[in-house]
Amino acid sequence: MIQYPYQGKGYEFYRDNPTEYPRDFLQSLFRSMLRIRRVELEVERRYPEDQMKTPIHLVIGQEAACVGSAAALRPTDLVYCGHRTHGVYLAKGGDLKAMIAEFFCKSTGCVGSRGGSMHLLDKSVGMAGTSAIVAGAVPITAGMALAAQLLKKDTVCMVVLGDAATEEGATSESLNFAALKKLPMIFFCENNFYSVQSPLKFRQPEGVEIHRRSSGFGMRGVCVDGNNVLDVHQVTKEAVDRARRGDGPTFIEVRTYRCRAHGGAGDDSATGYRDPKEVEAWIPHCPVEMMSNFLVKNNLMTLAERSRMEEEIGREIQEAFAFAQASPEPSEEDAMTHIYQN
Amino acid sequence: MPWDEGLVNSLIYDEPDPRLGRVLGYAQAVNEALQVMLEKDPSVFVLGQGVDDPNAMFGCTKGLKERFGSPRVFDTPLSEDGMMGVCVGAAMNGTRPVYFHNRPDFIVLAFNQLVNHASKMSYMDNGQTKVPLVVWSAIGRGWGSGGQHSQAIQGMLMNVPGLKMVMPSTPFDAKGLMISAIEDNNPVLIFEHRWLMKQKGIVPEGYYRVPLGKGILRRRGKDLTVAGTSHTLEMAMRALDKLSPEGITADVIDFRTLKPLDEDILLESLKKTGRLLVVDTGWLTGGVCAEIGCLAAEKAFSDLKAPIRRVAQPDVPHPAGYALEQYVYPNPDKIASSIQKLCGE
Repeated sequence: MIQYPYQGKGYEFYRDNPTEYPRDFLQSLFRSMLRIRRVELEVERRYPEDQMKTPIHLVIGQEAACVGSAAALRPTDLVYCGHRTHGVYLAKGGDLKAMIAEFFCKSTGCVGSRGGSMHLLDKSVGMAGTSAIVAGAVPITAGMALAAQLLKKDTVCMVVLGDAATEEGATSESLNFAALKKLPMIFFCENNFYSVQSPLKFRQPEGVEIHRRSSGFGMRGVCVDGNNVLDVHQVTKEAVDRARRGDGPTFIEVRTYRCRAHGGAGDDSATGYRDPKEVEAWIPHCPVEMMSNFLVKNNLMTLAERSRMEEEIGREIQEAFAFAQASPEPSEEDAMTHIYQN
Repeated sequence: MPWDEGLVNSLIYDEPDPRLGRVLGYAQAVNEALQVMLEKDPSVFVLGQGVDDPNAMFGCTKGLKERFGSPRVFDTPLSEDGMMGVCVGAAMNGTRPVYFHNRPDFIVLAFNQLVNHASKMSYMDNGQTKVPLVVWSAIGRGWGSGGQHSQAIQGMLMNVPGLKMVMPSTPFDAKGLMISAIEDNNPVLIFEHRWLMKQKGIVPEGYYRVPLGKGILRRRGKDLTVAGTSHTLEMAMRALDKLSPEGITADVIDFRTLKPLDEDILLESLKKTGRLLVVDTGWLTGGVCAEIGCLAAEKAFSDLKAPIRRVAQPDVPHPAGYALEQYVYPNPDKIASSIQKLCGE
């Protein structure tokens, strides 16, 4: 039984006016999603080799959410997210080599092998960090936004949280405080309908729509198709503009789908918590292929251009894995540094 | 609760000699530290439930909002976990929050952000992130506050790497340690004791620091070493005063900070005295006394002439009633009796 079908309309809306965005920009969105997909597939393929001794939370199926939102931000804007880190990190511009090296537990990892896959960051591009505690990132991002406000910087801060994080008290506390102080902040909620193997219906009352919660705190809430990168980009852009103008925070719910298990390689639907047919039903709505079809149909990308992207990305991924594998292990002394700051 | 004020006011403190310098109350000393730092560094801000109300955290935050404005001194929603996270994020992004809690009991609500996030950020981010955050609270005692308003939780947090912990005992230290804590680039917890708030002392004007991790000898003696922090030292010195007719004298070590802990001052003293009594307001098991006692056993065993003793709270929740509380709280009599036993061994 399909509990959570795709509810979007694909790229229907853009049929009449596909050239609203420049061709380069559209291709860059597509390329970013394709790159994340290819990275994830390679991580998944090589995960059973047991060289990446880190829990992985693949983002396959959710690429449009990461890419559409990150593209609306400046490099100086800050993003903090939960445990499903790979896509957000790459979309924000995080260094691929440092990410793969982190997976391989090497000293060249983005945090020197102290964090693993659930703790990626690249401060040079505003990827401020991630927390493996559900909703841990939410008040931290509110605090970053408060600091930006106090120091009169025009930084916008975005937290990426999942549907289950909206069940945590810290999220309610943060919504209240962000609305109270009109913080320059975006709550970007990726609703993929499952927390580990627990479907939304066992966790939240029937009929509750996540994006409507924020209105109880006096905060604007919007909902959008999370598999349509242009829709995601559009609502995030509006929220970013509002935040930067000083008009306060926005809560965005994007509905998307996790095509793999909560953690590890492969899909675990056969264990019984969701129907494998549900996963299959989402495949025609794959964010990467929907965008590809849209661009090709509207002469905004040729198949040759896509092939070239595939080749470049493939090379980059191989280089990143080679770099990670060739990198040194951290030393015993490394385990004892940076416990305190000077 | 007028009778609670009476209780604290009835405490006997030595009146400082005004010829030695400016006399200031404890809470006023904390207040001055905040003023100095709010003035000196525009990235410092002060928040907490009631920091701008008429009680103003026992007077510690009095007048700050009027002087520095509400963006930098503000009341918060009752959201301990969320607000601790806000402080962590704000500290990571260029500011220095000073987060006030009336009681440590409420910090327990924020352990997720304190233990899972603030303390680990520097390490997990491979040194790329600093969290210059001060979390202040005052340990309660008396007034029927009971098991949820009188807890001393320093022992729970002592084994969390990445945190610092300050427990001042004098107005001079309360100011100097607060300034050091605000300037420190790590999460620093300051546990005051409610019963010190009416104490007066010599407090210099303006900016000065008392370094974190540096203990001080409050008294010098030959028979034993009494080591502790905060309110326990006042009790220990009264116990020693009672024992002075017996000719017992002690080194009294005020660690000032439990994390980092000044090991040298302890080991140096034990070379001379060979006897150790550790006092704390928290629980015995796995607590502050246990850790300090173990340190002495590991590093000063050959100097010890008698088993290490400790006076702290037994492992019971803090009772609310006045009579019950007397049975479990450390007091000068209990400390004096431990000292007598220790010196007889």
